[in-house]
Amino acid sequence: MPHRDAAYNLARWILRGRAQAEDVTQEAFLRAYRSFGGFQSGNARAWLLQIVRNCCFTWLQQNHVAEQMSEFDELTVPPKPENPESLAMASYDRERLQRALEGLPAHFREILVLRELEGCSYQEIAAITTRPIGTVMSALARARQQLRILLTEPVPKGAHRDL
Amino acid sequence: MTCDLTQSRLHAYFDGELDAEGAAEFERHLESCPDCELRLAAEEKLRASLAGAQLYARAPESLRKKLQLSLPKAAVPPPVKRSREDSWRWLAIAATVVLAAILGWQYLQKLNRYSQQQAMAAVIVDAHLRSLQPGHLEDVISTDQHTVKPWFDGKIDFAPPVRDFSSDGFPLLGGRLDVIDSRTAAALVYGRRKHIVNVFVEKAQPGDSQNGSGELQGYHWVSWKQNGFTFTAVSDTAYADLDQLKQLFLAP
Repeated sequence: MPHRDAAYNLARWILRGRAQAEDVTQEAFLRAYRSFGGFQSGNARAWLLQIVRNCCFTWLQQNHVAEQMSEFDELTVPPKPENPESLAMASYDRERLQRALEGLPAHFREILVLRELEGCSYQEIAAITTRPIGTVMSALARARQQLRILLTEPVPKGAHRDL
Repeated sequence: MTCDLTQSRLHAYFDGELDAEGAAEFERHLESCPDCELRLAAEEKLRASLAGAQLYARAPESLRKKLQLSLPKAAVPPPVKRSREDSWRWLAIAATVVLAAILGWQYLQKLNRYSQQQAMAAVIVDAHLRSLQPGHLEDVISTDQHTVKPWFDGKIDFAPPVRDFSSDGFPLLGGRLDVIDSRTAAALVYGRRKHIVNVFVEKAQPGDSQNGSGELQGYHWVSWKQNGFTFTAVSDTAYADLDQLKQLFLAP
């Protein structure tokens, strides 16, 4: 099954859970197979990942997961300014990074995972998320900034899931 | 305090999404902007942290099994009985495949010729640009074809047809030796109003196309075969000028 890891990885980070990711990935593959006629030619990975992310966002909506769903908010609300501390960040361990990444809004998680973990180009990300390249670029800049800020915030005791 | 380029270009540069020119421009900017330098270093650190943390979640074995069980049913259509009609259908499919292969092969041949021509155009335009650098244009400076022609004697193993077209608005300025695509060529330099035209003359080879023309980076080129030579005229002057020069060469 080509791109199985890519599909699961994206779902796992958008949905923040293994079980959900398995279910949604499976559903996405079924949809992809049924609508294979809709796939003209070109980038099969981007085509599949687009179906995966659509399934993920539908799942989040249906399950009323408290998410900042609107990308409008993410791009217009001014971010907290970066300070010298967050710019001069050290390297962080896996757990800290995972918590920070999961603490980002869903659209930021999506774009960072596509770029940093999946290695997609701006053009591929634009195709997968059906957004213009310019929006991809500014969202990526914002996502990285937010991630850095989350990484430098003090860790709340015992906090893990409910960020 | 934040540099304007930080948001818009820094990330595109960091992600390798700028073209060569854009990247060079940003690197020049980087030398004089400590703000961008700091931010770029921060992005690099973040990327290194993310890469080192092994956050990529591979599909678990359980998912692989689920997909194996659920997908074949959805993907493979139910088997149908073979009939006489079917064998005709297979024949038609086979014929289509053969036809597609032939058309594809012809298309590839065409594409190959096209890309060969493009590569040649790039070489020609490069040679033209090189010749325009100071001191590179002519090895023998003369407006007299009877001076330029003997100059080539003994320098190359063929006698290029050297002609002056001053009366037609293409004064001969001189000649030089050049190497085009590892073949020795005689370069004839003509003036055309304020423009310089290089005419490269090489011994024709079987692979050379009969006639060609095109544009690359704002330079026009026209090539033709004549008396066992391949001529290529290149300049930033109008295409019509090059065509006129070609006709002058072709005229007896």
